Amino acid sequence: MSKARIKEAFASSKAFIPFITCGFPDVETTIAVVEAAVANGADLIEIGIPFSDPTAEGPVIQGANLVALQGGITTDKVFDCVRVLREEKGIKIPLVFMTYANVVYSYGAEKFMSKCAEIGIDGIILPDLPYEEKGEFDAVCDQYDVALISLIAPTSESRIAMIAADADGFIYVVSSLGVTGTRSEITTDLGSIVAKIREVTDVPCAIGFGISNPEQAKKMAGIADGAIVGSAIIKIIDKYGKDSAGPVGEYVKSMKDAVMQ
Amino acid sequence: MTQSKGRFGVHGGQYIPETLMNAVIELEEAYNHYKNDPEFNRELQELFNEYAGRPSRLYYAEKMTKDLGGAKIYLKREDLNHTGSHKINNVLGQALLAKKMGKTRLIAETGAGQHGVATATAAALLGMECVVFMGEEDTKRQALNVYRMRLLGSEVIPVKSGTATLKDAVSEAMREWTNRIDDTHYCLGSVMGPHPFPTIVRDFQSVISKEIKEQMLEKEGRLPDAVIACVGGGSNAIGTFYNFIEDKDVALIGCEAAGRGIDTFETAATINTGRLGIFHGMKSYFCQDEYGQIAPVYSISAGLDYPGIGPEHANLHDSGRAQYVAITDDEAVDAFEYLSRTEGIIPAIESAHAVAYARKYAPTLSKDKIIVITISGRGDKDCAAIARYRGEDITE
Repeated sequence: MSKARIKEAFASSKAFIPFITCGFPDVETTIAVVEAAVANGADLIEIGIPFSDPTAEGPVIQGANLVALQGGITTDKVFDCVRVLREEKGIKIPLVFMTYANVVYSYGAEKFMSKCAEIGIDGIILPDLPYEEKGEFDAVCDQYDVALISLIAPTSESRIAMIAADADGFIYVVSSLGVTGTRSEITTDLGSIVAKIREVTDVPCAIGFGISNPEQAKKMAGIADGAIVGSAIIKIIDKYGKDSAGPVGEYVKSMKDAVMQ
Repeated sequence: MTQSKGRFGVHGGQYIPETLMNAVIELEEAYNHYKNDPEFNRELQELFNEYAGRPSRLYYAEKMTKDLGGAKIYLKREDLNHTGSHKINNVLGQALLAKKMGKTRLIAETGAGQHGVATATAAALLGMECVVFMGEEDTKRQALNVYRMRLLGSEVIPVKSGTATLKDAVSEAMREWTNRIDDTHYCLGSVMGPHPFPTIVRDFQSVISKEIKEQMLEKEGRLPDAVIACVGGGSNAIGTFYNFIEDKDVALIGCEAAGRGIDTFETAATINTGRLGIFHGMKSYFCQDEYGQIAPVYSISAGLDYPGIGPEHANLHDSGRAQYVAITDDEAVDAFEYLSRTEGIIPAIESAHAVAYARKYAPTLSKDKIIVITISGRGDKDCAAIARYRGEDITE
């Protein structure tokens, strides 16, 4: 069901995938921003469960994590937020979590995934869980039909086929070296990475890291099946605070239009 | 499915972003090649002996022994190494390895500044570029070491994120490594992080216990009854323990920083207060809250102010082979002053944690027992902070 729902999100057109840190600056804003993103064409949403030490994030998302944690967000409160989105707000598109291995491990992987299944989370991205370590979470993810999303990086090279062959849900193609954050230019040869992935799987590929404007989004959608944007959205929420739903909605619309071109 | 590598019991592994995986695989392959390469080992041995001043002395602390009235106490004098701590052992090994791998730039994290200074030193010696990440809080606590690193030609970047201490410096160094891999080696300073770092750092630090063993056999004709070292990430401790792990009669004792006490939140005693988790590339014990958020730990010692412990130590704890005790700030400061007055040796505040435990432990043993305390570093860097702790404001 979950994996089918993710596949469907990429089926009709190129996908636009916003990332939103849950609880930044508060849960009410997160709910309003997700609704606005969905109303304006988001195909799938990554919901970030804040972590104290997000080693794959640049300063923008690090800052959002800190504010959310200081505001009292917890894993259980994130689950409650998703429950509201699914049950009260009627959000139907796929939702995936993005967090760090310790958040899941500490909660208990089985308990965590069973909650995901219960509230309607379709997948999970753990940037500090490479291919070699995913065995630890694979079985329990399968058991609860939560896709464990694989990442492929510009440095993956000979590892691409191995990772892609085992991929689930969609493949998160990391556009650039370094951490998350907006970049003026993306220089990686993403076309050849996606081509190598295509040789072994038809699992959809979405490109993330560094994308902020419609022009970049359009280019990425030309190479892959979708574009993921995090830091640029977090910057909007940082600027507008509790009044972010409108500006995020407009931004999502402009990005969705760009990927559809 | 490829198997997880670098396990010590359930601990260890490689929990890092995909972007870094080929870099750690390349490092592992290079290390496996060079560790058996006679030329590499000859060069490293020469650097150890001629540059770092090894072997370090095993000194009989006669006054301390008599004062405490129990076991005979030896001090393993890593504080006498060039740059003033055990950190140089690992850094010379890694810098030489990085150079052989064709890397031209070293990055490092540092807490007290000892590892940063050692890395800056090796970079200067081997003609490499060097950038050191240091928590902003620690740059204030250890201003002298910041100056030393800059003097040696390194760039020091104060890290403002999180608690602005050692864990944040590690996070920032990892972020920088994902940003620039081709020409850069991350010279990790402790037996932590993703495989192969815990193994590489342990191997380079194991010279400490190799020498203790030889020196003890020469001086006493037998092995010690216990070896004691302070533990943050655990590099001088694993160096002190490693060659005694199979000698079951030698007690292995690690001294963690309890800060203001293990019953407070202001502590960095991982084994005593932490639980199993995944962070900074490894599975091990970490100080964390019920949701797995890493705790903002505290110790007077910047070098022990870290919320985790190396995976091999976690496993030595699980198996019961090593014992990990917690020492408070107060006990460490007392020991800092005690060793200075008693033996004329000013230990690093980190090493003072080991001295503090020995002060409690030695009197419980009979006079025919022998214990070795590793003095991992010299305490000059700590004088201003300890003076402040005692209410005296001195300017360096």
